[in-house]
Amino acid sequence: MAQEPKSGAAASGNPAGAAPSGAAAAGNPPVLSVSGLTTSFLTDGVWKSVVQDVSFHVAPGETVAIVGESGSGKSVTSLSIMRLLAKGSSRIDGRIILNGKDVLSLPEKEMRQVRGNDAAMIFQEPMTSLNPIFTIGRQISEALTCHGDISKADARAQTIRLLEKVRIPNAASRFEDYPHQFSGGMRQRVMIAMALASRPKLLIADEPTTALDVTIQGQILDLIKLLQEEEGMSVLFITHDMGVVAEIADRTIVMYQGRAIETGSTADIFHNGQHPYTRALLSAVPRLGSMTEHKWPLRFPVVDVVTGERSEPMEVADTVDRKAAPILKVENLTTRFDIRGGLFGRKVGAVHAVENISFDLFQGETLALVGESGCGKSTTGRSVTRLVQPNAGKVNLDGRDVLRLETEELREMRRSIQMIFQDPFASLNPRMTIGGTIAEPIIEHGLGTPAQAREKAADLLERVGLSADMMTRYPHEFSGGQRQRICIARALTLDPKVIVADESVSALDVSIKAQVCNLLMDLQQSLRLAFLFISHDMAVVERVSHRVAVMYLGEIVEIGPRELVFSNPQHPYTRKLMAAVPVPDPSRRGIKRNLGVDELMSPVRPVGYVPPLRRYREIAAGHMVRIEEAA
Amino acid sequence: MYTYIAKRLLVAIPTLLIISIFVFSLQKLLPGDPVLAMAGEERDPEVIEYLREKYRLNDPVPLQYVHWLGNAVQGDLGISLRTNLPVLTLVGQKLPVTIQLAIMSMIFAFAIGIPMGILAAVKKNTALDYIANVVALSGLSIPNFWLGIMLILLISVNLGWLPASGYRPFFEDPLNSIKTMLMPAFVLGNALAATLMRHTRSAMLSVLSADYIRTARAKGLSERSVVLEHSFRNAVLPIVTLSALLFGELLAGAVLTEQIFTIPGFGKLIVDAVFTRDYAVVQGVVLCTAFGFILMNLLADILYVVLNPRMRASL
Repeated sequence: MAQEPKSGAAASGNPAGAAPSGAAAAGNPPVLSVSGLTTSFLTDGVWKSVVQDVSFHVAPGETVAIVGESGSGKSVTSLSIMRLLAKGSSRIDGRIILNGKDVLSLPEKEMRQVRGNDAAMIFQEPMTSLNPIFTIGRQISEALTCHGDISKADARAQTIRLLEKVRIPNAASRFEDYPHQFSGGMRQRVMIAMALASRPKLLIADEPTTALDVTIQGQILDLIKLLQEEEGMSVLFITHDMGVVAEIADRTIVMYQGRAIETGSTADIFHNGQHPYTRALLSAVPRLGSMTEHKWPLRFPVVDVVTGERSEPMEVADTVDRKAAPILKVENLTTRFDIRGGLFGRKVGAVHAVENISFDLFQGETLALVGESGCGKSTTGRSVTRLVQPNAGKVNLDGRDVLRLETEELREMRRSIQMIFQDPFASLNPRMTIGGTIAEPIIEHGLGTPAQAREKAADLLERVGLSADMMTRYPHEFSGGQRQRICIARALTLDPKVIVADESVSALDVSIKAQVCNLLMDLQQSLRLAFLFISHDMAVVERVSHRVAVMYLGEIVEIGPRELVFSNPQHPYTRKLMAAVPVPDPSRRGIKRNLGVDELMSPVRPVGYVPPLRRYREIAAGHMVRIEEAA
Repeated sequence: MYTYIAKRLLVAIPTLLIISIFVFSLQKLLPGDPVLAMAGEERDPEVIEYLREKYRLNDPVPLQYVHWLGNAVQGDLGISLRTNLPVLTLVGQKLPVTIQLAIMSMIFAFAIGIPMGILAAVKKNTALDYIANVVALSGLSIPNFWLGIMLILLISVNLGWLPASGYRPFFEDPLNSIKTMLMPAFVLGNALAATLMRHTRSAMLSVLSADYIRTARAKGLSERSVVLEHSFRNAVLPIVTLSALLFGELLAGAVLTEQIFTIPGFGKLIVDAVFTRDYAVVQGVVLCTAFGFILMNLLADILYVVLNPRMRASL
């Protein structure tokens, strides 16, 4: 007996009509209504509330976004609604009515029926949110079988329909596949299929696109929107990304330090924000296309969180020294990683991570390497510092032939080029004081006495906006943004000429990201630093760089001055990348509909693969685009 | 998959060779001359010389090794100097006993250690968790011989439920064979259960906080299915590796426990052989044990791949 898992969707009436815009039926009772929600955690024997007195509702067919930075309590709010927090160490007070049920008073057994049936959830990390040892078919059909009597065969048929619904190609043949056989974007589709299994009234999406590449993010957002219209469900969307909010939400709740400080229609929040924090958050958001008027990089405006006072960024004079020879010159750089397999570990292929790329970097200049995962931008950074050994090419750093240096000279060379990494939590030694961390390179390179090193460390801490008396503290005492400042101070210790910033601001909250970007630009101005700025974030790149190189599958497809590349992108991939960036402006949403399922291509090549010879076309002075030969 | 197994087998060969060299030379380093021990009180030079020739003890040491290894590969582990029986026969007598004891001990270890570990992880920081930890700690700290003697006193002497000793071969009299081995297997298994429990607990704890467990709960699965299927199936992977090591240790024999329950296993064989400088037996037993150890680890590696689809992909 083939039965639909839940026929509840029919009750909510016209799915297509209920879905779009904020005008969602006023008369219908809300799907979710939260009042006075306060969630506390037991830490060291004391109850500390992380969410305080939060109230909101979600109407049928409506999309509500909760936006906030890390620690604002947005995820805890969503987990409280599903009662997914650890029992002993958390306490939820207030009132949550979900689909007519009083969530907080339900016994655990009935709560299980609520999960999946009334509300389903998708999470940030598609890579870890699926059980690695079960097939995805099993994991989806489980969501069906655990809520009602449905036969195995019916569950299987239903699962395949769900996989088709989330546009997974060849759905039936992928039923028996394991999560690791899917890409990140595809796994998120599997998660969505699982969430839709019992046709929930409410979908809670907790940062569902944060870990995805920008072109994939566009696909997933569109998929969520489309499915919402088809199923007539409400969506509670948790995110830190104002661009995503503008793209998807009817109404928006801004959370700050555990409180909902402002609620309103998305357009109101964006154009007419009342709370100073809302305005501070919005001003820190980089907007793609906002730099057309400016020739040089521009600092972010700073808005005081308490007073709402806004200080406009001052224009920076040109910092680039174009007359001198480039400080870093890269020619035909190629880095490949062998893939071995079989009984005796023969070479069976190679990852062509970086393939024949060339660029210059001048003193005082920021060159951005931009692209999606696997495009080789990080490997390029590691190759020029020789943290990985390139296969071919030439790297000239300040007159030194980097790829030919011996161990001792290499140490010497590394004084002129330093790296800042993405994760400020993992890149500081937890057992070393930050003063020790910053001073270490000086002592290690024999450039000064411990006293001199300490003096320098104190000076650098002041320079990156911290204070000298923090020297004796350990990394865990600092926030993410502060730690990234410490990493910057450490990179500056040896007075380098070039800094490779590998996704250095990607893990930071928007407001912190803006501050750290401002700091990098300040340092560039005062120290004439050259930055190789590796990033996937087009909007940040537009703000901070002088020149941009777009990378795809290990090659540069387009390179040129920032204003030319952004105002007149020539390569199809550059255009695709720019079109996929969500615009933080609700009045400009829905410009694109990208329902494709194209995946990121892989740079893995078989043995004996000969990369095609590439030719470039010069559009304008310094603006080069790869010519795509017809296949 | 098959390539993987072939690869593991290839790696096992040099390991075995190194062990054989080690076993062989360790013997030569032991003080005392077996021929003197055999020749009796008179120490007739002619007899000694005859014995030396007979056991090829006059050859250069490397040649002795090659000769010994060549025979060993063909199943000839030499003749026991003490009993005059082929070592293979001795090993053949004792090995089934040791294997039976090892399997039964592991069953006890699993039956006690794994449920306790799961329970302790699920009920972390509650009374149940503390009790499980105390039980585990006592399992580790109570000496086997003491527990063995206490069990004999209680169960055999006072209650008369199980025989205190008297081994019966499994294939002749299965029921009594199992009965006589219950107590020693419990004694050995109880100690291993403690280790297993600690590892199960920590493996479960790390899995229970994984993102995919949150997903499983958000789906509305029952706690039972979340813990036993989604969590335990992942936590079992490190336990497989540990179990192979523990089983390998059991194969080496448990001298004290065997002594107390008078079980004719490997432990007793090797101790007797060492005391009487019975070279061939010591070599044979150690080699067999090492072989068993490597075999168990090979099995664990293969099982690991079977249980872990991610490993299958990378083969």
